[in-house]
Amino acid sequence: MKHEAITERLLELAARRFGCSRELLRPEQDFFEALDIDSVEAMRLLSALESEFGVEIPDYEVQDVRTFAGLAEVISRRVKHA
Amino acid sequence: MLEAARYQSLGELLSDAWFRWKKALALLELDRGTESRRLSYEDMQREAARVASWLCRLDLSWERTTEVPPHPGLPSAAKGGKLRGPRIGIVLSNQSRWLIAASAVFRCGGILVPIDPKLAPEEQSELLAHAQVELLITEKPLLRRWKSRPPLPTLLVDGEAGEAGPELFVWDTLPEAPMPPLAARKRSDIATIVYSSGTGGRPKGCMLSHGAYLSQLEALMALYPLRPGHRVLSILPTNHAIDFMVGFIGPLACGASVVHQRTLRPEFILSTLREHAITHTAFVPALLEAIERSFDEELNKRPKWQRTLVDGIAQFNRLLGISPSSPTIAPLKRALGDHLEIIFAGGAFVDPRRAERFYALGLPVVIGYGLTECCTVATLQDMHPFRADSVGRPLPGIEVRIAPLSGTRLDEDGVGEVWIRGPTLMSGYLDDPELTQATITEDGWLRTGDLGWLDASHHLHLVGRIKNMIVTPGGKNVYPEDIEKAFEGIPQVDELCVFASGYVWPRRHHLTQEVLFAVVRSRLEPEHLRSELAMRNRNLPEHKRIQAFVLWRDPFPRTASLKIKREPLAQALRERVEPGGSGWMPLITTSSSPCAFSELRSARASENGQSRRDGIRVAGHHQS
Repeated sequence: MKHEAITERLLELAARRFGCSRELLRPEQDFFEALDIDSVEAMRLLSALESEFGVEIPDYEVQDVRTFAGLAEVISRRVKHA
Repeated sequence: MLEAARYQSLGELLSDAWFRWKKALALLELDRGTESRRLSYEDMQREAARVASWLCRLDLSWERTTEVPPHPGLPSAAKGGKLRGPRIGIVLSNQSRWLIAASAVFRCGGILVPIDPKLAPEEQSELLAHAQVELLITEKPLLRRWKSRPPLPTLLVDGEAGEAGPELFVWDTLPEAPMPPLAARKRSDIATIVYSSGTGGRPKGCMLSHGAYLSQLEALMALYPLRPGHRVLSILPTNHAIDFMVGFIGPLACGASVVHQRTLRPEFILSTLREHAITHTAFVPALLEAIERSFDEELNKRPKWQRTLVDGIAQFNRLLGISPSSPTIAPLKRALGDHLEIIFAGGAFVDPRRAERFYALGLPVVIGYGLTECCTVATLQDMHPFRADSVGRPLPGIEVRIAPLSGTRLDEDGVGEVWIRGPTLMSGYLDDPELTQATITEDGWLRTGDLGWLDASHHLHLVGRIKNMIVTPGGKNVYPEDIEKAFEGIPQVDELCVFASGYVWPRRHHLTQEVLFAVVRSRLEPEHLRSELAMRNRNLPEHKRIQAFVLWRDPFPRTASLKIKREPLAQALRERVEPGGSGWMPLITTSSSPCAFSELRSARASENGQSRRDGIRVAGHHQS
């Protein structure tokens, strides 16, 4: 799957899960800020992404990640290795 | 349970534990649903022996001895406490090898320097240098975050044989070896150097003696004893004072088992609680909230009559002040783990309503209060009776008093600074006798900097932070001085000072409602300033972001050394500004329109059926 497609699916899922409009989300945004979520909710977002993309994302892979683009990057790497 | 009073050092205590509970399960490590390690006390001893014998052969300064600077109020210093042996840093996520490595360090007589694995590598590097660490124990994902490897011999707990190199060692290649002899240490000698403030500012390395930990263990186990068969889930980082005691020293001194789950996803924490018969765990409030949410999700799947019945039983229990299990609640309790006896909560403000609800449903949440400077906890709920409105009573052997903020008498409301005295106190800050003097009085009282009052039954109630520090719902300490650095250098901003709202308006702000805000003297247009601040804000981690700013015209009051005098500035703010009122300018991030936030909020409020309560984020984002 291409990186752009992953980013798009990720943003769609985030918008759906947190009840906001997809148009308001952009890849370079800080997802904590854009979705107004705390770290526990971010963990839940990760779990949702794992089932969406069928990959496992260890906690340490996302320790320093704050943007949607960063998340997409981690998922792309994992999808390639899967 | 091993009798803590009989021991001189943590190394001696752990060595006895290995001998005493040979076959019992000591450590269980899970990676999601898979069991990755299972070690009996005997196995743990064998693993620790490999590390300890390797450590002893390394060219580290085993003979190094430094006196702890004397302080009239500190018993450990008075008894000739020393920093003996090399300082060994540990930067690791929670796992069984954290405990094994630390035990090996204590066995050989090293001083453990546990560092938060979540800090930025530069911050970790600064603390390692400050503590003069000679060897680092870490893991690959954390090492990869460093631009270049730290200039220290390093042991990787997760490396493979081929990855070893000059000064880089791999745990799995360490040969089996007999356990080296126990290094003799006295109770007054230093066991660990634990950093209580992160970063940027002055590093505060608390020197904690073996005696402080052993006294803490004794006091804690008198209230909440553990025994073989108990299983403690270690979730909070083990470098954190709470988990060091509740998820390491405590259970191992009692023959209980420590369970590690490699992920912090709530669903796996819940399944671990359930499937591995966890009896005890320690949470920060944010995690407690996540567990409550999962509990409610489970509840909402049930028919309405059952939900009403559960609420009714919980209310009835609350009225009677009891926490029984009942046939209706039992299946729900099973969703969280039928064996769970106690959840310790601390490190930040615990919502009393949440603690009461858990208790009424049969899950006691034990709220405590402590600082790294006094080991783990100073006050704790004793369940006689259960109360969620305070942070408990002083532990046996610990004294707590409320000191007047000014003069010699307390105000009418009894609020003052919380002071703590007892054998669990640190032996001072590493290489900072000046700060030690300022923090601990000549007669041994630790000035906590927290505001509180004691009620008639000697329960402590916290109302805010006297110092600049605040604690976020996630249990993180935030220091405004650190945050100010992120806003340095904005053109045409002359002065900027960050406060926690609870510091400025302590009586009007509950801890959960604290927000960070900046007072700014600037020549910029307010809207321009707002966007400059918002841009800098985005570079900060979530819990360090300011939520609002106040424009200020007069130059800030400053000391002779040009530090901002915060208290006079706070006093002036109190007189001229209302939080949330005129002059209070909420900060909106540049990345989203105000409408985005209001849409999100209304969508989520209706989804949850309630508004958010997670404190530190409340004031800023949703304002337009």
